Amino acid sequence: MDRPIRVLIAKPGLDGHDRGAKVIARALRDAGMEVIYTGIQQTPQMIVEAALQEDVDVIGLSILSGAHMTLLPHVMELLRDHGMHDVLVVAGGIISDDDARILKEQHGIAEVYGPGASTHEIVRFIQERCKTRT
Amino acid sequence: MDLAQALLEGNRRALAQALTLVETGGPQARALLGALFVHTGRAHIIGVTGAPGAVNSTLVAALATHWRRTDRTVGIIAVDPTSPFTRGAILGDRIRMQALSGDPGVFIRSMASRGRLGGIARATGDAVALLDAAGFDLVLVETVGAGQGEVEIAAAAHTTIVIEIPGAGDDIQAIKAGILEIADLLVVNKADRDGAERTVHQLRTMLSLADLPSDGWTPPVLTAVATRGEGIEAIAMAAEQHLRYLRESGRFAGREQERAGRELRLILQETALERVRAHVSSSDWDALIAQIVARTLDPYAAADHLLERALTRSGG
Repeated sequence: MDRPIRVLIAKPGLDGHDRGAKVIARALRDAGMEVIYTGIQQTPQMIVEAALQEDVDVIGLSILSGAHMTLLPHVMELLRDHGMHDVLVVAGGIISDDDARILKEQHGIAEVYGPGASTHEIVRFIQERCKTRT
Repeated sequence: MDLAQALLEGNRRALAQALTLVETGGPQARALLGALFVHTGRAHIIGVTGAPGAVNSTLVAALATHWRRTDRTVGIIAVDPTSPFTRGAILGDRIRMQALSGDPGVFIRSMASRGRLGGIARATGDAVALLDAAGFDLVLVETVGAGQGEVEIAAAAHTTIVIEIPGAGDDIQAIKAGILEIADLLVVNKADRDGAERTVHQLRTMLSLADLPSDGWTPPVLTAVATRGEGIEAIAMAAEQHLRYLRESGRFAGREQERAGRELRLILQETALERVRAHVSSSDWDALIAQIVARTLDPYAAADHLLERALTRSGG
């Protein structure tokens, strides 16, 4: 069925800077996606609950606080607990290459984007990955 | 897994997936809604509408919080506009509903209008039916920020709350047709601002001038400061009172009749179109359109022709 890709954009943790998240949300909207924007200071529980209720295809997590190695694996664990294995999770923020590798290889985050990433690149990645799923 | 069964048993993931299905539409969605129909008709359906910036999501969240304190479960559908150019949408109503997170007695779903005018999406009525079947006591529908024409919600809800803000519009605005006429409750939100009293006065004047139907319900004009929770209890009580009024006056049956009629019309439009399209190849369809553009065929005759064809081929 032809339906728009639904994406949840959330900011886990305590940092209050959400310009990057808003830029991404806007870019995904302009690419024809339905973007549920939940704002700042979300706990992993809040994020997973919103993703469940909204039945999203993708979760985009923006995190700048440095707490990504605790918060992101926790989100992934809760998703698995709810049987939501099929949700694509991408992360963006200040995340070192080493951490990014661990998040991808050990925790199942599909992709990690740094400050230099282009919105086109992110849009394309999501569109490609969602094409094979529906 | 049987989606309908799982939904009835309170499985929230099943409810979420069912909502996606009815938003997409099609035969599977209709089969699901058909199976669940017998379980609907229990929830109090409340529409909340008003100008963008009247901060309706804050008010909806405050109402939900109030009803949770009285141990009633609440389903919320928050509709935001789809971009007519990209089909994309930013759905931001959850931002102001954070306080409800983690409560198993609340279910919130954001919905894009997907090109439908009138303030709600094509599938909003179906989504309400799912939340109703899932057992929520109240279903709140927050419309797209509305101007004067987004009145469709009144046909889909039992009780319609229209939110105004101080200083919006003058006396002429207040007597314009449309959104104010559908209100069962009028709320002046942000009532701590200058001009709130004047707005309340204008709305009351408007109501006193209006030729209200003689069935006895005069929409109350209430004030609120939703961000501080002020005035919320009075709004909730007025909504409950309105439902009691509908039941006791016998108007409830009338509203249900209107709602059912509207539903049937929408379903017929959709299924008829689907059937017609199933009987015509896309090259035939394009050819017909080309004839219309060339003015060798008028669109009314084309529609008649297509309908005839679908009816005769389906053998009945």
